[in-house]
Formats: sequence, C-alpha cells, structure tokens
Amino acid sequence: MSSNFGMMTTRREEAQGFLERLVSRGLGWARKNSLFTYPFATACCGMEYMSVAGSRYDIARFGAEFPRFSPRQADLLLVVGTINLKQAPILKRVYDQMCEPKWVIAFGVCASSGGFYDNYAVLQGIDRIIPVDVYVPGCPPRPEQVLDALILLQEKIASQGHKLVDRTPPAPEAIAAASAQNPQLVGGVK
Amino acid sequence: MSEAVVRRIADRFGDKILRAFSQHGDEAIVVAREDLVEIARFCHDDEEIDLKMPVTLTCVDYLGEKPRFELVYVLYSVKKKHRLQIRVRVPEEDPEAPSLTPIYRGLDYWERYVWDMYGIRFSGRLKPLKRLWMWEEFEGHPLRKDFPLRGRTGQIPELDIQDIYRGPGPGPKSRPASRAAEPRPSQLPIVK
Repeated sequence: MSSNFGMMTTRREEAQGFLERLVSRGLGWARKNSLFTYPFATACCGMEYMSVAGSRYDIARFGAEFPRFSPRQADLLLVVGTINLKQAPILKRVYDQMCEPKWVIAFGVCASSGGFYDNYAVLQGIDRIIPVDVYVPGCPPRPEQVLDALILLQEKIASQGHKLVDRTPPAPEAIAAASAQNPQLVGGVK
Repeated sequence: MSEAVVRRIADRFGDKILRAFSQHGDEAIVVAREDLVEIARFCHDDEEIDLKMPVTLTCVDYLGEKPRFELVYVLYSVKKKHRLQIRVRVPEEDPEAPSLTPIYRGLDYWERYVWDMYGIRFSGRLKPLKRLWMWEEFEGHPLRKDFPLRGRTGQIPELDIQDIYRGPGPGPKSRPASRAAEPRPSQLPIVK
C-alpha cells in the first residue's frame, strides 16, 4: 500500500489495517457526538457558558448537552474563566482525574492567555499546566464562537486515531503477585 | 459631622492626638503607634462616642516618605450614626502595630488582610496571624508599591512556554522576583 512507506504488506495485514481504520472512524464518530462536558467555571465567562448550554444556543445540538459535575465521568474539560495561581493545582488535579480519552477547551481570553490580568496572582494561560485542544478568544466569547470551537474539536476528534482497548481486569493471582512485589500498588497492574 | 467626638477625645488625651482634620465629610485623627490601643479602647467604651463597629482597616503605602506606611482604621457608631478615622504611621524598618482584636473582634479579617498585602505584623492578637488570600509559600506582599508587577510565585511547576506576548513561563526553578524585573520579550528592541 502507498501509505506503508514502501514496506511489503501481506493481504492479512491489509485487512487488519482496514478493520482498525474502520473501528477508529466508528469510535471517533461516536466520541465526537457524545461529549460529556465538565464545566470548570470560575469567572464571568460562566454566564456565557450558561447561555451556550441554555435553550437559545443549545450546545445539545452537537451532542455535548450533558454536564457531568464529576471529572471521572467527563471527557471534555471546559475551562471557563480566569485561573489564578491559587487555583492552578485544583485545575491540574481535576484534569488528572479525568479518564482517557480527554479533551480541553480554553473558554475565553483569561483561560487562554491570562487576558488583561497580567499581575501577581493569575496564571498566564492554562496551557502552562495542562494541554489544550481548542482556544476560544473573547472577553467573554459569543456563544457562536464556543459552538464553532466545539465543531472544530469534533473535527479534531474525528481525525484522531481511536482504538479498542482490552479492559478486562487481570486475574486475581496476577494482582496478588504484583501487590506482593510492590505494596504501594492497590489493585495491581496488567 | 463628628467634631464633638474629636473634641471629646482631644479633651481626654490632649497632646496624644498629633493631628485632627476633616476630609470629605469624615473626621480623622492621627495618633502615635504607642497610644493606639488606649485611644481605641476609649472610643469603644465611652458612652457618648460609642464607636462600636469597626468598618474597615486598610493601609496606605507612601513610598519614599519616612514613616512609610499609614494604617487607616474606620470606626462607626450604629447608635449615634457618626464615623471616625484613626490613622497611625508605621515605619518600614519595624512594620509592626498593636492588634486591636481584643477590642474589636471584627478587625481580625482586616489585620490578616493588611499583613498579607502590606506586610505589617500585628502583635497581641487573639488568633495567630496568617495570610488572608495568598498561600503561605507566596513571596512578598503584593500591594506594596515596590512589589514587582509580575512577581508571581507558582504552586506547581509550569511548562516553559516561549511566547512573544506573555513572556516565558516561570518554570520549575526560576525565582519570581528576578524574572519579573526582566523586560518582556515584546519590549526588547527588534534586531534585524
């Protein structure tokens, strides 16, 4: 195949690659249309988020209508508003608690770059502590901008590679062996 | 508005009132640091003055003057409906003032605020003096006039981002005060 950089491919591998791509596209389609959001609203942009989530602009049209107020159930982190240095560890912790796959939107100019708060207390953009997929400028941004950012993120998700991961838990003996080796581990590793 | 109050305090304390003036409809007296507790106690306990409510305590940083800081206590009487400011100068070398929390419990918040933002300690408090808003590891007192504008002290390491508008991130090892003194990359001269 041309995408294989001139390497020889058997028909079996070709068939497997075709299946993986099919699965990846299917998973991408499913994931982009069922984004569970975690709104981390800290400032006045939160009002604009309410407008986006409300019935007039209605983020539900794009499949992201379900705000989960637990980071463990969410896969899209909306950082809405100013993040100051006192709050940065909390945001980092919330991000770390989210399960893979996860995406982040920096909502508004304060979350993107600190905005006009170039002072002693404010983090100059959340990309200094967590990775960001889409930045939305504006102080606050219009709801249309946010929906545009969501569509951009959906395109990004659709173009990413997705895999089915085997999530069956390890056997009890393997867990016991791993915990005996390393007592710090709870539940063991696969 | 409350000239009678100032006159009554002046009759009682005489020379301990260094100055008294009226500004924007508010009476203010300037006293020395040593006499502050005594005068505040009198203002609180006296029947006619009856200044039972501490509205606020704040601080002014007169950078360059000799006693550098000035504490401004604003007291109010709910019954008599009059207001009085008590101003105390505090030098930079010994930034300490007697606490008024044994008299006014409500000043606890404001003394923590003044310690956090201006770095003036209060002795004889009922509770230990902690920072109000900034975290304990924060370096400096941000509302002092000589505090650098970008004197940030982060709590967690940040990525070192090279950004032409915002400047580089502090990174795990850099000291905030030294970094803030440098010009931003966007202010550097353009070399062609």
